[in-house]
Amino acid sequence: MMSTPPRRRRPRRIAAAPYLFLSPFLVIFGLFLAYPLLRSIWMGFHRMIGGADATFVGLDNYRFLLRDRMFWLALANTVGFTVAFVALQIPASIALAVLLDRRRIRGRGLLRFAFFSTYLVGPVFAAVIFSGILGAPRGCINGIASRFAGHAVTLPWLTDPRLAMASVLLAALWIGIGFGVVYFAAALRGVDPAQHDAAAVDGAGPWRRFWHVTLPALRPAVAFMAMVGAVAGLQLFELPYVLFSGAGPGNAAMTLVMYLFVTGFQAGDFGYASAIGWTLVGVVALPALAIGVIARARRGGWAS
Amino acid sequence: MTRPWPGALAWNLVLWALAAVAMTPLCRVVVRAFQSTDGSLTLDHFAALWRDGSALGWLVNSAFLASAQTVLVMLSSSMGGYALAKHRFAGKRIVLGLMAVTVLLPFQVTLPSLYELMNRLGWVGGYRAILIPGAVSVMGMILYRQAMLTIPDELLDAARIDGAGEFRIWWTVCLPIVRPMTGALALLSFLGAWNAYLWPAIILQDESTFTLPVGLANLSSMPGAAPGALMAATLISIAPVIALFAVGQSELLDGLAVGAVKG
Repeated sequence: MMSTPPRRRRPRRIAAAPYLFLSPFLVIFGLFLAYPLLRSIWMGFHRMIGGADATFVGLDNYRFLLRDRMFWLALANTVGFTVAFVALQIPASIALAVLLDRRRIRGRGLLRFAFFSTYLVGPVFAAVIFSGILGAPRGCINGIASRFAGHAVTLPWLTDPRLAMASVLLAALWIGIGFGVVYFAAALRGVDPAQHDAAAVDGAGPWRRFWHVTLPALRPAVAFMAMVGAVAGLQLFELPYVLFSGAGPGNAAMTLVMYLFVTGFQAGDFGYASAIGWTLVGVVALPALAIGVIARARRGGWAS
Repeated sequence: MTRPWPGALAWNLVLWALAAVAMTPLCRVVVRAFQSTDGSLTLDHFAALWRDGSALGWLVNSAFLASAQTVLVMLSSSMGGYALAKHRFAGKRIVLGLMAVTVLLPFQVTLPSLYELMNRLGWVGGYRAILIPGAVSVMGMILYRQAMLTIPDELLDAARIDGAGEFRIWWTVCLPIVRPMTGALALLSFLGAWNAYLWPAIILQDESTFTLPVGLANLSSMPGAAPGALMAATLISIAPVIALFAVGQSELLDGLAVGAVKG
């Protein structure tokens, strides 16, 4: 992404121009991102509750995190959700995109838009919609399941702690696969059809062609999607928060961002909330770095 | 390579069935928004929204905020992208490095400190607390820089020889060339702003200033909320963006295709 521009002649007479062009970005970036970032590092080392004066407490906030069961629950919920989300979203999206890419599919544009339209529904709206679909007892999923099972199915999707995250995952996949299909469909356009034809001439069936031609060609797209999915998944907040009007039954849907939000803006503990935030930064940076390193090692320069 | 028709027909059926499953939640919203308790067609839920007025106010607020934020992001990103793609200047590597570090940063870490800053500025409750921090996008700058790197320097030099200033070159030479990117990025920025919840929910205090996500989350958490009116409000929340993307679909897909091929 960040290669230096190809450049033959150096532009003359302009020295101030690039700074002027960058000034809106630099001013806002500095004031509303860089400064709050540094300030939040500082806040993480202070006790500041309910607008009271900050007192330096060293690593107390971080030490408390280690013993805070709610934090570990939030971390486990968030990481578990993210792993499940990425592991389901990518294969499902690729499968649908490959199907869409087949010859003789009628109404391809309409189908693509139908899948994509779910991505346009914001997480708050999706949560409102799914709370109606999953909410017992007249929920529509239970209704459909009852018809197939032949007896009344009354799964407590929104009230059983064991099902809470599954409900969130269902709504998240509904949104996420919509984007994944369109993204992989676009990436499939970059696969060389000549390679497919060559493999077909060599006698490779559709499955072998998928494994040995399509999938390797999609590898950069998969790495990108895994990274975007992981980063978004670890920031999960709106879906569970609106679906359950809070952390759900037995806090089963508590996530890291939700815990940060609740701690900072309901309990008013800005110091501890900042410490939770920096833990989140660490958790997000890890998979992003890992996927970046793996992809770079495999391809010799993924971000070029 | 020709496949017998029964096979193609089966795959068509599978795809259309899956699309129907994906569309079911949206269809349910439409049905419930127009259905009265006895199952007949009605506009009562929309009439109730109209009488109450708050959801319509949220719609106007959302439209204003999302449009304004999109325009601001496009301006700041294309200007910054132009400087980073087509100019050499001291500190450029630092700016690019900062962008690379922050592009994946979870912004939530700054929520407490940013709120404290807004409180000190006296901006809490106002739209500038949303619009001004949201006026720049690191991802937007990266995408504009990439798109503008492909513009030949000779073209810009020719315009300079003709006496065009840098501002004019940015506006009349560069922007028209990267128009497909602009369309895709504008749609995605608008979508992001339209659906944003966390920061607006923190900042907006008065119900009359709510956006649709903030208002709907609030409405759905009330135990006595009428389900029909809630679905009508959900419909007016999602229909505008779906209509917008239906119109701009090809633009977005072309933009995505470029990004997906480049990785």
